[in-house]
Amino acid sequence: MNHVTQAPAPPAAARAPAAGRGRRAMARPPSRQWAAWAFLAPVVVYLAVFYAYPLYRNLDLSLRDYTVRSFVRGDAPFTGTANYAKVVADPTFGPALWHTVVFTVVSLAFQFTIGLALAMFFHRNFRLSATLRALFLVPWLLPLIVSSSTWSWMLNSDSGVVNAVLGAFGAAPVHWLTSPDWSLWSVVIANIWIGIPFNLVVLYSGLQAIDPVIYEAAELDGANGSQRFWRVTFPLLRPVSAITLLLGLVYTLKVFDIIWIMTRGGPSGSSTTFATWSYRLGFGNLLPAFGPGAAVGNLLIVMALVFGLVYIRLQRRQAF
Amino acid sequence: MRSAAPGRHLAGLAIAALAVASGLAGCSSSGDSTGAGAQASSSQAAGGGAYTIWDPYPQHDKSSDWVKLLESCGTQAGVTVERTAYDTTDLTNKTLLAAQQGNAPDVLIVDNPVVSTLAEAGVLTSTEENKLDTSAVAPNLLAAGQSGGKTYGVPIGANTLALYYNKGVLKKAGVDVASVKDWASLTAALEKVKAAGKKGITFSAIGTEEGSFQFLPWFWGSGAQLTKLDSPEGVSAVALWTDWLKKGYAPNSVINNTQTTSWQEFAGGDFAFAENGTWQLANAEKAGFEYGIIPVPAKDGGTAPAPTGGEFVSIPVQQDTARYAVSQKLVACLTSTDNSLSTTTTLSYIAPTEEVQAKQVEQNAGLKVWVEAVKAAKGRTSDDLGTKYPKISEPMWNAVQAALSGSKSPQQAMAEAQTAAASATQ
Repeated sequence: MNHVTQAPAPPAAARAPAAGRGRRAMARPPSRQWAAWAFLAPVVVYLAVFYAYPLYRNLDLSLRDYTVRSFVRGDAPFTGTANYAKVVADPTFGPALWHTVVFTVVSLAFQFTIGLALAMFFHRNFRLSATLRALFLVPWLLPLIVSSSTWSWMLNSDSGVVNAVLGAFGAAPVHWLTSPDWSLWSVVIANIWIGIPFNLVVLYSGLQAIDPVIYEAAELDGANGSQRFWRVTFPLLRPVSAITLLLGLVYTLKVFDIIWIMTRGGPSGSSTTFATWSYRLGFGNLLPAFGPGAAVGNLLIVMALVFGLVYIRLQRRQAF
Repeated sequence: MRSAAPGRHLAGLAIAALAVASGLAGCSSSGDSTGAGAQASSSQAAGGGAYTIWDPYPQHDKSSDWVKLLESCGTQAGVTVERTAYDTTDLTNKTLLAAQQGNAPDVLIVDNPVVSTLAEAGVLTSTEENKLDTSAVAPNLLAAGQSGGKTYGVPIGANTLALYYNKGVLKKAGVDVASVKDWASLTAALEKVKAAGKKGITFSAIGTEEGSFQFLPWFWGSGAQLTKLDSPEGVSAVALWTDWLKKGYAPNSVINNTQTTSWQEFAGGDFAFAENGTWQLANAEKAGFEYGIIPVPAKDGGTAPAPTGGEFVSIPVQQDTARYAVSQKLVACLTSTDNSLSTTTTLSYIAPTEEVQAKQVEQNAGLKVWVEAVKAAKGRTSDDLGTKYPKISEPMWNAVQAALSGSKSPQQAMAEAQTAAASATQ
């Protein structure tokens, strides 16, 4: 999140010393190289134990036919992509994929739009703006189990406050969590609320990095409010927006607790996403299905990875 | 915050992480009991050694009667007992991992529907190997721990479901609870309650095993079998619940209710009936209104078989088979007639043997209805279903949810559930 106006400068500056360091490293005596490796070792070990190994195990788990018996004995036969075939052929797959996409896209769109609007609002720095901004961070500070439980109480069909308010205006009660038509939207609404603070904070800091001089210049050139936003703010905010959306995407894809606490992915699968499905397969049943559960988890990782690569690609294109 | 969400990785990553940590778990189980460990070493010198017991009762701490009983049983068998308590859901995974590492506990107390899963995994010894005496145990309770003609443990106690009712609400609606004998009379009672401006019945139809647990008394009470979900009887049970929701006798929130939230609705004082378990008795006393309990009625009268809850005491497979003899003494001690009364009272269970059940009723006449319900009850994994049960249960709770939420008719929902269950259990 460096200063956007100087965007071309840092990569060039960064490249030069990197190359220089490389040349110097080659000239170093071996003992110093050992020291370098020793300093590197903790992070390598850390990455291997906590990232590479679990990922490898998850992949291994998804490629074997695990039953409780073979899990205990450790002799699960290798079955290739059988678990993936099983998962894709499962009647839950289509709806779960659709729900994951809807959940992610709708959540991101609203989180980003509302977050940006609020960031613009607070960028004016009026009195009490700091206090108000702090209040908007509350959803971020609450433990997810607290906010999800509160949402599920508020949206309760019979005794929830939302239906009580709707009733006061003469509207019929909505079965937020218990109707297949509404359950997905209920968890999306809760997730948007939880995600706004993150977007607000990152976009706000992005806004502060834009040089006021540019606005001044735009104003002198006769740009009105909306022109200033679309021609100045939005383009200059693009790198920050991209990283916000990417992080939001990774967070949202794997959202589990909100859905599990509010609906358990129900009624009858109407709010099941890949994250809740994966959990249900692996742990939500008396008889765990580790293989298919791991397969669904891996599909999620691949989805996040694809968008990560798209992001890197876009960034490169911007750099050149 | 959300980066802590367990969803994506949980399936595999947690297992992997746990597998890494299981070495630690093994250490911690001995580390946890350092207090007892000091005692252990002194008595170990006297001969015997330490035997590990895992149970799902973390609510009972070291000073509780339950742990004192464990220790006295250990003393009688000439060994020291190292006890570790886990959360129920945690215990299954911990046991599977421990068995994988070859350090399963000597005695394991585990929820009854899990017994067949662990037996399938080859984690538990059968009564042939461990020589446990199961002759006094009621056959309907023992069946939950049987599969393939073998028995994998002894029930330590049982609980089940029945209908709690609010006396004040029924009186106001002019319903005599003695008239509630079958589905028709129960529905008629609910109609009267609704007409009197109160709420009918609450239960839990959530999309987890809990939902199936609550649905089973009605399913079995219709005469249906788990091997054929879409029989006319099975469909009639779903139709009964769906009908209650449509007519407003039961709230729409039941679709998302756990048994705890359902109880909270009942404790609010507006509901006439609530389907709930033995474990709510203490809360019922605190509810602040007069309550009564009747068994869940079967479709055409009589008591419907409700599913049994409660744990089995079992002896996991050990490399050193000589340990079974002492483990067997420990289990026999825990489940003996003398100790069973105090065990079941401590854990608020109904005893698994008729002899002790009679004593319990003698001490507390209020337990009579529960003893009746337990006698009629049935294990979920009984009928030799074993590990097929979870594969039937999931389509079943989905079907109930689909019918209750109106997305499918009861007939269509159960037909699809049967297709799913049949392909899963092949």
